[in-house]
Amino acid sequence: MRTVLQQADLERALTRIAHEILEANRGADDLILLGIPTRGVVLAERLARTVSRIAGVDVPAGALDVTMYRDDLGRNPVRAPHPTDVPGDGIDGRIVVLVDDVLYSGRTIRAAFDALADLGRARAVRLAVLVDRGHREFPIRADYVGKNLPSSARERINVHLAEIDGDDAVTIEGGDE
Amino acid sequence: MRHLLSTRDLSRDEAITLLDVAEDMAAVQEREVKKLPTLRGRTVVNLFFEDSTRTRISFEAAAKRLSADVINFSAKGSSVSKGESLKDTAQTLQAMGADGVVIRHPSSGAPFTLATSGWIDAGVVNAGDGTHEHPTQALLDAFTMRRRLHGGASRGRDLDGVRVVVVGDILHSRVARSNVWLLEALGADVTLVAPPTLVPVDVSGWPATIEYDLDRALADRPDVVMMLRIQAERMHGAFFPNSREYARTWGLDDHRFAQLPETTMVMHPGPMNRGLEIAARAADSTQSTVREQVANGVSVRMAALYLLLSGERGETR
Repeated sequence: MRTVLQQADLERALTRIAHEILEANRGADDLILLGIPTRGVVLAERLARTVSRIAGVDVPAGALDVTMYRDDLGRNPVRAPHPTDVPGDGIDGRIVVLVDDVLYSGRTIRAAFDALADLGRARAVRLAVLVDRGHREFPIRADYVGKNLPSSARERINVHLAEIDGDDAVTIEGGDE
Repeated sequence: MRHLLSTRDLSRDEAITLLDVAEDMAAVQEREVKKLPTLRGRTVVNLFFEDSTRTRISFEAAAKRLSADVINFSAKGSSVSKGESLKDTAQTLQAMGADGVVIRHPSSGAPFTLATSGWIDAGVVNAGDGTHEHPTQALLDAFTMRRRLHGGASRGRDLDGVRVVVVGDILHSRVARSNVWLLEALGADVTLVAPPTLVPVDVSGWPATIEYDLDRALADRPDVVMMLRIQAERMHGAFFPNSREYARTWGLDDHRFAQLPETTMVMHPGPMNRGLEIAARAADSTQSTVREQVANGVSVRMAALYLLLSGERGETR
């Protein structure tokens, strides 16, 4: 097992993403951050705090569960869904930044598009991920990436976040080791 | 979960999982778009050998909101009325590619037979069998209690210490049986109140207290009073002298309702016989959960169908 990002790296990556979001959006107007459970929700909350601090206005964060929209439900044992929590008065006309920990096949994000469409019509949808490990199966690309991590499909990427796991770290294991 | 046949074999954790998934389904019911694509391409058959419009439309709404295709099969005017056996009906549904079967049957144990006979691969949901069980009704009752007690913080909670009084025809009531086992699993204390003629012969194995005097049971200020329907269609014997005497002795009338704490929930699985087991004042009060129970029924049935049908068939959690 190899540590790819330590706590300080992870914090720097999130701070940079927060700046990039504000730069691309030309401010915090209409922004709403929706994390994909479970770790995406924590990342969205942290990003929202940082974005709010830099911009000096409150940027809301919430959770978007995509379980019911997945295309692989029938291929796996039953998954228990997580709550969806959209703050304020919904996503209509807002700039939604989806937040997830690892971008891999892109299937989760594809499901997230369907889930979002059922909640309303966002003005634009962006994607922020902590780690992009490649191996896409859909034409999906993240707008904001904490760390590009070319990996083998045999490897496993673990994201640890203090709120859930007690520490902040991204590790990689398996593969040729 | 492969089938949902009874609450007696549900563990506390399984029950809480089901109630938590129902919370997510309830959140979907509050959106503008109430539909989920989750069971797209799956077929759910409502196989009703007994008339029940309420339960059938509740299951139908649940399946449709999960995007499943729904086929309604009622015994009246069908092959069953021509003498077809349950086995042949089941094999017909199997040949049509049913992924889930929701069955209501006048014989206790029919859903179990359907699920275990090997006639059919579909997941089976018991929607009421004879005088045995009606698990989704008990689940929606527990869901309603949990929501009233804990509101938005309901997820993961059980009903530890909640005191529930169930009043009425315990003998014929599958709702009472399902509630007894589920409430026991969730940690609630159950008291059953009925005329002695409407209590089953042997209830020694039931995790519930039996009481014959409604006023004594209500004097303990229970958290929940659940009134059961007097099922005229099952009253083939003389279980009580007449309906007026029943209403006076075992009905939740205006006087008894006025004595209850304002926090006590009044539940009824519907359809109600107003003036018999429940007075209009109690049924229409803010303490009544009757309409919530109907709305929650769809959420709970969505959760059951989701847990039974969304995963790889044959997989257990």
